Amino acid sequence: MSDAAARSETTPPAGDDATAAVGTARVKRGLADMLKGGVIMDVVTPDQARIAEEAGAVAVMALERVPADIRADGGVARMSDPAVVEAIMDAVSIPLMAKVRIGHFVEAQVLESVGVDYIDESEVLTPADETHHIDKHAFTVPFVCGATNLGEALRRLAEGAAMIRSKGEAGTGDVKEAVRHMRAITTGIRRLTATSSDERYHAAKDLQASYELVDEVARTGRLPVVLFTAGGIATPADAALMMQLGADGVFVGSGIFKSGNPAKRARAIVEATTYAHDPAIVAKVSRDLGQPMVGISNDALPPEQRLADRGW
Amino acid sequence: MVGEGIASARRRVDRLPGQSLIPVAGDERPPSTLGPVVGVLALQGDVLEHVRMLSLAGARAVTVRHPDQLDDLDGVVLPGGESTTIGKMLERYGLLEPVRARLRGGLPALGTCAGAILMGSDALHADGTPSEQPLLGVMDTVTRRNAFGRQVASFEGLLDIDGVPAPPLRAAFIRAPWFERIGDGVEALARVDTPAGARVVVARQGHLLAAAFHPELTGDPRLHALFVEIVRAQQS
Repeated sequence: MSDAAARSETTPPAGDDATAAVGTARVKRGLADMLKGGVIMDVVTPDQARIAEEAGAVAVMALERVPADIRADGGVARMSDPAVVEAIMDAVSIPLMAKVRIGHFVEAQVLESVGVDYIDESEVLTPADETHHIDKHAFTVPFVCGATNLGEALRRLAEGAAMIRSKGEAGTGDVKEAVRHMRAITTGIRRLTATSSDERYHAAKDLQASYELVDEVARTGRLPVVLFTAGGIATPADAALMMQLGADGVFVGSGIFKSGNPAKRARAIVEATTYAHDPAIVAKVSRDLGQPMVGISNDALPPEQRLADRGW
Repeated sequence: MVGEGIASARRRVDRLPGQSLIPVAGDERPPSTLGPVVGVLALQGDVLEHVRMLSLAGARAVTVRHPDQLDDLDGVVLPGGESTTIGKMLERYGLLEPVRARLRGGLPALGTCAGAILMGSDALHADGTPSEQPLLGVMDTVTRRNAFGRQVASFEGLLDIDGVPAPPLRAAFIRAPWFERIGDGVEALARVDTPAGARVVVARQGHLLAAAFHPELTGDPRLHALFVEIVRAQQS
């Protein structure tokens, strides 16, 4: 940095450091804004992370096991080994996310200290607290949380989430639950916009959410944060479907690295997300992708194996 | 809908990521129908925020995803997002060369964060090693990506910018780059103090304006107004 032109200039610095603030809602939500229109991919090795970045992913989710394997293995699923997270972080230049168990604020403290860019308080891992989610205001690192409906999304926002994703049913390759949850959230928003201001007190009670957030959503017609989709997206058409249903971007978990040709499928899903409204492009990128992940129909899952029911 | 203008009228009208689910909600302003036509590259990133800021700054904003949509523009914005993602999509969808040619030919451009990286001639990783990624290379600048650190170091503060009247602008730096080097023909319009010394965060090379931060996130359209002035000056 010794020959930086900046240093040789004579003008004094103009930044006002006295007012500089980290961890504000704006910079937390702002990073999610930068991910809009993009795809975030689950990866378990540095090599997979490089494939994801090369395909055009806007971020990677560092994991020890993808949801399909967590589902197959059973047992307790926890935060990944920090060494795994760090190895993936060092492999790519795009933002890195990692998952913690619902309510496990110490796992979150650990990942914050490791330097991850976003924490996913995720139902894919085994919940650590049956009642309380993490107080996310207490952290500098931003959080994304899953939701199955508008009330759940607003409760997560009240706790300080800076980004929401519809939950779907992770590790199935079945998009049906992602559609159900995205529609529940967007229908809930549209309904709220038709309420009068005095009806919103009751709406807040029904949604079990703060009146201020209910009022804000009713006035603006959107969540105050970015709304991604997750859980079961396996094809470019799935990604485009979710974008047309109102998602701001897409998480793909097992759908890429459990398929026959991950690099090609990853790239195809990125392009179908950008051009979600252009069927000719979705058709072009859908050709000759090889085998998609085998998948499990959500209807075949016994209730105790449904991850979306975790969190409240 | 907001942001879909004449250039894309023949394509299916779509919703921009982040946009309201109802046509015009709350304080969201309808698009301006007057003023210069400024395209916002809409491959990925915070497109909607730039569309809003351009409307506030007196321009007519349209989204750009295809090469033929470049034809009728008076200016273009390269938004914040992931520079690797946007660069790869520019390359794959035949936009890299046409955008480069228009910018070299005098089309005014504003790049913020990822956009500023894309406009530069070279990009470095945070550790100073070269970043191999598609770039437009239209400005004589070298950017250092994520120069301030990872997300936990992202910050907002007040920034004095040459050409933007007082008071200082509130600026959000999110995994932001800085300009490691700028060429002789490039003006430094703003700097930030860092432990490594003062670093350039706003640079101008004639009709090309680049900011390391996100003027589109803070609701203050003054940097966009400076850009729209550049666009108008180029028109006349």
